[in-house]
Amino acid sequence: MFAVFRDLIRYNIEFAIGLILVVVVAVFSAASFFSPVDPSLIYMTIPDQPPSPQFWFGTNSRGQDMFWQLSAAFRNSLAFGLTVAVLSRIISIAVGLTAGYMGGWVDRVLMFINDIFVSLPIFPILVLFYFVLRNHMDSFTLALVMAGFGWPFDARLIRSVAIGLKHREFTRHAVFAGMSTPKLLLEEHLPYVMPIVFATFMNNMLWSIGLEVTLAVLGFTNINQPTIGTVLYWANSHSAMVVGTWWWIVIPVILIVMTFLGLFLLAVSMNEYIDPRSRLRRMGA
Amino acid sequence: MQGYLWFIGKRALQMLAVIFCGISATFLVTHLSPIDPVEQVLGRLSSRANLSPEAILATREALNDLFGTGAPILEQYVNFWTRLVRGDLGPSLMAFPTPAMDIVMRAMPWTLGLLVSATLITFVIGNLLGALAGYNQNNRFFKLFGILAMGVQPIPYYVVAFILLIIFGFLWPVLPISGGFAMDVTPGYNWPFISSVLQHAILPTFSVVLVGFGGWFIGMRALVSNVINDDYVTYAELAGVKKSTIVGGYVIRNAVVPQLTALALTLGGVFSGTVITEQVFNYPGLGSLLIDAVNAGDYSLVLAVSTVSITAVAVAIFIVDLLHPLLDPRVKTE
Repeated sequence: MFAVFRDLIRYNIEFAIGLILVVVVAVFSAASFFSPVDPSLIYMTIPDQPPSPQFWFGTNSRGQDMFWQLSAAFRNSLAFGLTVAVLSRIISIAVGLTAGYMGGWVDRVLMFINDIFVSLPIFPILVLFYFVLRNHMDSFTLALVMAGFGWPFDARLIRSVAIGLKHREFTRHAVFAGMSTPKLLLEEHLPYVMPIVFATFMNNMLWSIGLEVTLAVLGFTNINQPTIGTVLYWANSHSAMVVGTWWWIVIPVILIVMTFLGLFLLAVSMNEYIDPRSRLRRMGA
Repeated sequence: MQGYLWFIGKRALQMLAVIFCGISATFLVTHLSPIDPVEQVLGRLSSRANLSPEAILATREALNDLFGTGAPILEQYVNFWTRLVRGDLGPSLMAFPTPAMDIVMRAMPWTLGLLVSATLITFVIGNLLGALAGYNQNNRFFKLFGILAMGVQPIPYYVVAFILLIIFGFLWPVLPISGGFAMDVTPGYNWPFISSVLQHAILPTFSVVLVGFGGWFIGMRALVSNVINDDYVTYAELAGVKKSTIVGGYVIRNAVVPQLTALALTLGGVFSGTVITEQVFNYPGLGSLLIDAVNAGDYSLVLAVSTVSITAVAVAIFIVDLLHPLLDPRVKTE
């Protein structure tokens, strides 16, 4: 595992850059654990101060120190993305491995459901959930709902690998040795799909955080909890760009681009790593 | 031919299943939620006017009738479908008594016109440039282009749209930034109206293209760089086939097939994009309608928009799937 990591950093510049970006954002968001102020409170400092040694990222029109505000926002958004990614990975692994290994009508039924989930338009449904839940909609509920829609595409990928594993020698050995199916899938097949799981993990985080930003910007989430999206929502609703408090928009945008670019590069380089042909090409073989 | 019919039948069945499950999900979400739309409307009514208890009771009954609520859930579900098949989703509350379906149908052409054309433009540009970049791998211009595409691609749409709005709205105001057409023209098939519509569509279309094309570009470049190592391409090159024929006839045609599947999925995502696009540019489509309806608590209109968008997406995916075997004969026998 460590050797893989070292190789990736050494031979894959995308991975290195992505890792640096993600680590910087992660450290920044971890700073929120030492925050001297509660990020949900407003009018704690002088509003509309530009960045200065005292307020590194300035303060916004709601009297919040942007440094701590953004730090908490990124922590919440990353935590949200992680939750969705972990939950939907569990579903996609379960469906993908089962469908691939069992084949037959189990496979057909699971993939039929899968296809339906792939083509359902998620956004109107999420808005609908917000519409009917309103004040009950916290970020964990939203994460649950999104995880329920975030698995099908990756389940298909995992299935395609699992189909190949089914005919390998070691699978037959395990079956003849009397290994139970769940055990076989978890202990023998799961390690083979882990690279795909990691690569799709990043993509899924990107997808869920992006969707949360979209929902929050429109005010369709709990807007009092700081997240990447709600920071933009409040900046927009105070017309930050028009009244000249540019740091309220520009700094979060820079951080967002860093986060998204970082996760994207990680996902791309992991995908490439899975494909041995391009890996060899890169290492100059 | 028979294989093709079988293929269409299977896909049509799947489309119907998607529509059925999607709409059932919408129904379940709205009806199993702890919040009763009737009570919400009643609450708003009684905060505005001083209603007597009898009036509240009468209104509640009337509203239950309008929304088809109050009955046992299974009965409601059957009623919901029978009404839906006739295209009736009850009157909108925002614009009472206009049927919600009428309002949706009025917004529909705007969304379809803007988003579908923008998505198709994005698809064509991204794939053409991606194919060229994949074919001419050592071209410096395409390399630079690839880096740019890579950089723009992961930025959330909202941020890009907002930057465009600032540039073309405040810094260099040459394009209309809001609305679907100018206020001083009469809608209809006349040139001032059409040109105004086109002008208003430029900026939103541009924003969609800018955000979307990077993904196609990167995907197509990777696909093409795999295809050009295949024997038939080398053979065609050795045989002296024209370069444009190789790229257009052989390489793109073979590489574009997986991209078509992705196009179907992107069309599926059109409605998530449309809400933000229309919100930012104040475009009079389904997205703006959905936002207004949610903010106004317009129960039937929200249901109507979701129902229509689910149906439209399923149909779009179906159509793209039908094009699939025309490009890739192997699909038929699958």
